[in-house]
Amino acid sequence: MTEHRTPNTEHRNWEPKILAFLCNWCSYAGADLAGVSRIQYPPNIRVIRVPCSGRINSTFVLKCLQNGFDGVLVSGCHPGDCHYITGNYYARRKFAVLKTLLEFIGIEPGRVQFSWVSAGEGEKFAEVIKKVTEDVKKLGPAKKLVKI
Amino acid sequence: MENIEEQLRETVKKLLKEKKVDLVIGYSKGTLPFHSTPVFIADEKDADNLIFDFTCGNNLAKYLQKSKVKNHGKIGIIAKGCDGRSIVQHIVENQIKREEVVIIGVHCDGVIDIRKLEEKVGRKEILKYQVENDKIIVEGKGFKKSLSKQDILSDSCIACKYPNSPVYDVFVGNPVPIAEPRKPITNNLESLSSDERWAYFEKEISKCIRCYACRNACPLCYCEECFVDQSNPQWFGKSPNLSDTMIFHIVRTLHTAGRCVSCGACTRACPTGVNLAPLGIRMEKEIKDRFGYTAGLDTEATPPMADWNEEDKQEFIM
Ligand code: SF4
Ligand code: SF4
Ligand code: FES
Repeated sequence: MTEHRTPNTEHRNWEPKILAFLCNWCSYAGADLAGVSRIQYPPNIRVIRVPCSGRINSTFVLKCLQNGFDGVLVSGCHPGDCHYITGNYYARRKFAVLKTLLEFIGIEPGRVQFSWVSAGEGEKFAEVIKKVTEDVKKLGPAKKLVKI
Repeated sequence: MENIEEQLRETVKKLLKEKKVDLVIGYSKGTLPFHSTPVFIADEKDADNLIFDFTCGNNLAKYLQKSKVKNHGKIGIIAKGCDGRSIVQHIVENQIKREEVVIIGVHCDGVIDIRKLEEKVGRKEILKYQVENDKIIVEGKGFKKSLSKQDILSDSCIACKYPNSPVYDVFVGNPVPIAEPRKPITNNLESLSSDERWAYFEKEISKCIRCYACRNACPLCYCEECFVDQSNPQWFGKSPNLSDTMIFHIVRTLHTAGRCVSCGACTRACPTGVNLAPLGIRMEKEIKDRFGYTAGLDTEATPPMADWNEEDKQEFIM
């Protein structure tokens, strides 16, 4: 029960699997830009495109953790830039509450992360992915909430 | 106490007689000592069954949602501080209109936690009891014990900041002076590491048998179809697998965030003694710190999770 975090060294070949929910209008386009600009970033993410960060239901994030993803990233447009005007404002409240609760019950802070990445921020997208991947690597494979 | 009950019955009779209400939701004596049961009174004659004391722990706002109740017409409801806040929250969430309810506030000194009581008497069967000021004398086969009321009070009541219904049409007894010392329950969870907190919750939640009594007792859990009952899609497994059960409690807490009034009904309803309070209390604090909202105080408020502000803090977003 106490040893939830397996030290990384035991998993020399382990690479984290991270699910990234990207909003169609900004972050997904940002990822695209990173691609066409040939900016390197770790290959650890699997992307699910959503219409808007406001589409994210907290249960999506929980389902990822339950099904064995080691980390989850949710990314949308910067405040004020949401294609649906206020989707990300509502989402921001939801995310704040979700993040607080997950940390309170003992999920490591780095497992679930959030970012705003615009369509023009290919560089930032790559940076975000690098950071999330590094953070999750440090934490090791997810054990809590994984369904066995 | 007797006095309050007499006043309460008279008040209810009067409201029914004057046709100010068609149905009153209150409490009557339960079949076991220390248990009360919700009653629905449509006829003045039945008002004599009403009681109000420290056994009246159910949150009656729960029943406002039931169509059988709603169809009666205008509803009178007996409200402790927490019932009152739940009623306000129903109004805020457009589940009921202010003018559809007559809120009968009552003087509440807190309700007891049966679990604490059972522990005090070594889980022996209690056959009867009597109250003498702040003492409760309980009797069972081969024992008689005097307990202090304070020692068996529900945690949520010890920590209660709003003992009087924030909104009422009539008030029975005198409102509890707010200055009365009621101290917050403190837990040291915040100072623990992630892993230690996880270990604590894992242990606590592993007691859960997924009976959903907590959800059923919660005045704010009124969705026609709860996510745990959905099968298309089936979000999470229904058996008491620890991951599924953890997630049930996480989502239950998220769904009540900014709405929970810390009445403690969920924790009191749990047959296996899962302490759900820390989750709700943590959310209440977050919602207050971030969005400046406390549930169930103002009928004109906008629910915080259905609202936003450009200035909301986003320190956790990259
Ligand atoms: S979650 Fe528990 S404490 Fe909160 S309103 Fe519902 S029953 Fe009361
Ligand atoms: S009442 Fe207790 S056992 Fe039943 S579902 Fe809720 S926490 Fe689990
Ligand atoms: S469309 Fe990108 S956050 Fe709403």
